[in-house]
Amino acid sequence: MTINRRHLLGASAGLVAAAGLNRFGLTPAFAQAAPTYKPEAGAKLRLLRWVPFVPAEEAAWLANTKKFSDATGVEVRIDKESWEDVRPKAAVAANVGSGPDMVMSWFDDPQQYPDKLLDVTELGTYLGGAHGGWYPGLEGYAKRDGKFIALPLCAIGNAIVYRDSHMKAAGFSEFPKDTAGFLELCKALHAKGTPAGFPHGKAVGDGNNYAHWLLWSHGGKMVDESGKVVINSPETLASVKYAQELYKTFIPGTESWQDVNNNRAFLAGQVSLTANGVSVYYAAKKDPSMAAIAEDMRSVNLPIGPIGQSVELHQASTLSIFKHTKFPEAAKAYLQFMYQADNMNAWIEGASAYCCQPLKEFAANPVWKSNPIHEAYAKASGSLRPNGYAGPLGTASAGVMADYVLVDMYATAVTAQMTPEDAIAQAEKRANRYYNV
Amino acid sequence: MTATTKPPSALVALTRNNTFLGFMFLLPAAVFLLCFLTYPLGLGVWLGFTDAKIGRDGVFIGLDNYKALASDSVFWMAVYNTVLYTFIASVLKFGLGLWLALILNENLPFKSFFRAIILLPWVVPTVLSALAFWWIYDAQFSILSWSLIKLGLIDTPINFLGDPNNARASVIAANVWRGIPFVAISLLAGLQTIPQSLHEAASLDGATGWQRFRFITLPMLTPIIAVVMTFSVLFTFTDFQLIYVLTKGGPVNATHLMATLSFQRGIPGGQLGEGAAIAVAMIPFLLASILFSFFGLQRRKWQQGGQD
Repeated sequence: MTINRRHLLGASAGLVAAAGLNRFGLTPAFAQAAPTYKPEAGAKLRLLRWVPFVPAEEAAWLANTKKFSDATGVEVRIDKESWEDVRPKAAVAANVGSGPDMVMSWFDDPQQYPDKLLDVTELGTYLGGAHGGWYPGLEGYAKRDGKFIALPLCAIGNAIVYRDSHMKAAGFSEFPKDTAGFLELCKALHAKGTPAGFPHGKAVGDGNNYAHWLLWSHGGKMVDESGKVVINSPETLASVKYAQELYKTFIPGTESWQDVNNNRAFLAGQVSLTANGVSVYYAAKKDPSMAAIAEDMRSVNLPIGPIGQSVELHQASTLSIFKHTKFPEAAKAYLQFMYQADNMNAWIEGASAYCCQPLKEFAANPVWKSNPIHEAYAKASGSLRPNGYAGPLGTASAGVMADYVLVDMYATAVTAQMTPEDAIAQAEKRANRYYNV
Repeated sequence: MTATTKPPSALVALTRNNTFLGFMFLLPAAVFLLCFLTYPLGLGVWLGFTDAKIGRDGVFIGLDNYKALASDSVFWMAVYNTVLYTFIASVLKFGLGLWLALILNENLPFKSFFRAIILLPWVVPTVLSALAFWWIYDAQFSILSWSLIKLGLIDTPINFLGDPNNARASVIAANVWRGIPFVAISLLAGLQTIPQSLHEAASLDGATGWQRFRFITLPMLTPIIAVVMTFSVLFTFTDFQLIYVLTKGGPVNATHLMATLSFQRGIPGGQLGEGAAIAVAMIPFLLASILFSFFGLQRRKWQQGGQD
């Protein structure tokens, strides 16, 4: 029997009932340690979130929110901001001490103002214990000094999408697993006139995903555990040289690509291999004229480099509660409710493989098996590494990424504006400006 | 007649005092300027001397931001780009705009129609025209590349926004396209204030077309040119939207202007102090161009075609 949406909804009704009992102190046996939060009288909440990429994801989130409001009487208002505007808005709210009660933010945002966020260690620890544990990469974004200042929400998975027929035509029966084989594939694709393409331009999401994968897969890192800049290393040099080789096989013009260019080029059949979120598949699937491309499309995780494990940046989102909220109990109750298995599962399913689960238990969500193309995206949370790896997260890690230090390093080298050594030295200098304050 | 014998009250005396009255009339404007111009500008300058992050007050760190910028190759690249961008775009806009104004000032058929249509690039919201140019310059789908390939002139698409110099030329071309109408229409208005009789008199004296342009049109137009070009230079120097849509400063910062770099570091990067410092570093350039127009282009002697 396959579990479909209907089964889940049926099961969720029972769980909602259990949750309702929970609030009246009748804790079911399986959730002994579940903390109970009693919303304050007359509580009202405001959540600032990013503009959804997938309409069904928002619908599921709103449906869960409505269930919460119906069960508790707590009204939750949800404000949406485009994803690049969430950071400044949330930072100002944190420091002014008013505005939204909770924020759904990106990457290391909670680490910019940790002292303005409510400690949710109790809830975080409970949820981790109850649902198979948090994925360590995502947990890294949410924890500071051993305490949860946010709850990891999801990874927006990034994976390679490619044209199966073009790969086969290039003489590969299956997708290479390692970086060396991957280079050979890209060379063969290039020779066949069906090249690959990864953005070297100022692509906030895709550009950073690619650059961080290049660096990490070869064992390079921007900073060490103490926050000392260690980008200038033989590993980094190897990764830059690898990027140069790979770049030679790309379609021309990738150094000007922004976030949407690779989607456009892929959907128009100009490139046969790139990396992207699952959205590119749904764009092809929705359009009848692209049925052939959607049919031919496969997804796979980015190949494993010399370090022997799959590591990627992805996009990561967390949920945090501001200390200035008047209704901390209601906010915690809301988050707890959203992470209940049935609710979280409904949400992950709604996001149709765009949002990857924060807790290991939800890896069993049927959405990952519902379409072979989803499978690569199911592993996003597992391979995720925080952007400031391996150092502490905060303003420096955020600044380095926003200033495109790593993206620029690869772009200058592959376009031969600088030697790899000079490009690395420049990146080191620029990173030091953020880390050495 | 009692009113005249009664000594005027203090209030009446005040309202008759020109200095006071003048002050009162100026007050609303002064308050407005103070609140909405001086204060933000002052705050920006202050932020440049602090290490403020988004949402966190900074502490005064003196010239540290500027010292860091002085040794920052990306910043100098942005300065170079900004000056180059402004200079080339302004010269082109002036030349082409003046030319267009002169043509439109002649008796053309459908004159009003052409004058209206000329304004279109200026009227279209910048972001929309920038998005159109983004497609025109796309690495894969450029209409220009496509046409040239179909004509058999080139084999591969032109790398408009990927090659540093191509990218600079492309963004300048887009800016010029957008800026010409402003210059052309303003200069056209100036041209129409030049009395026809001067041209007639010059023609009777046997002046050639070039001589009439050089010794009548240009001197009479100089005050307008000064104002128009000051504005044009300021708009170009502070351009943001076009770059942000087309390249976001890429490839590898080759088209980063000071305005875009200031935003990138200040808002998404959260380094408010440094972003402000970059913005403040634009002020000397802007001031220089304003002073040039006021003290240079508005000189009587220059306007009358003379030399110092």
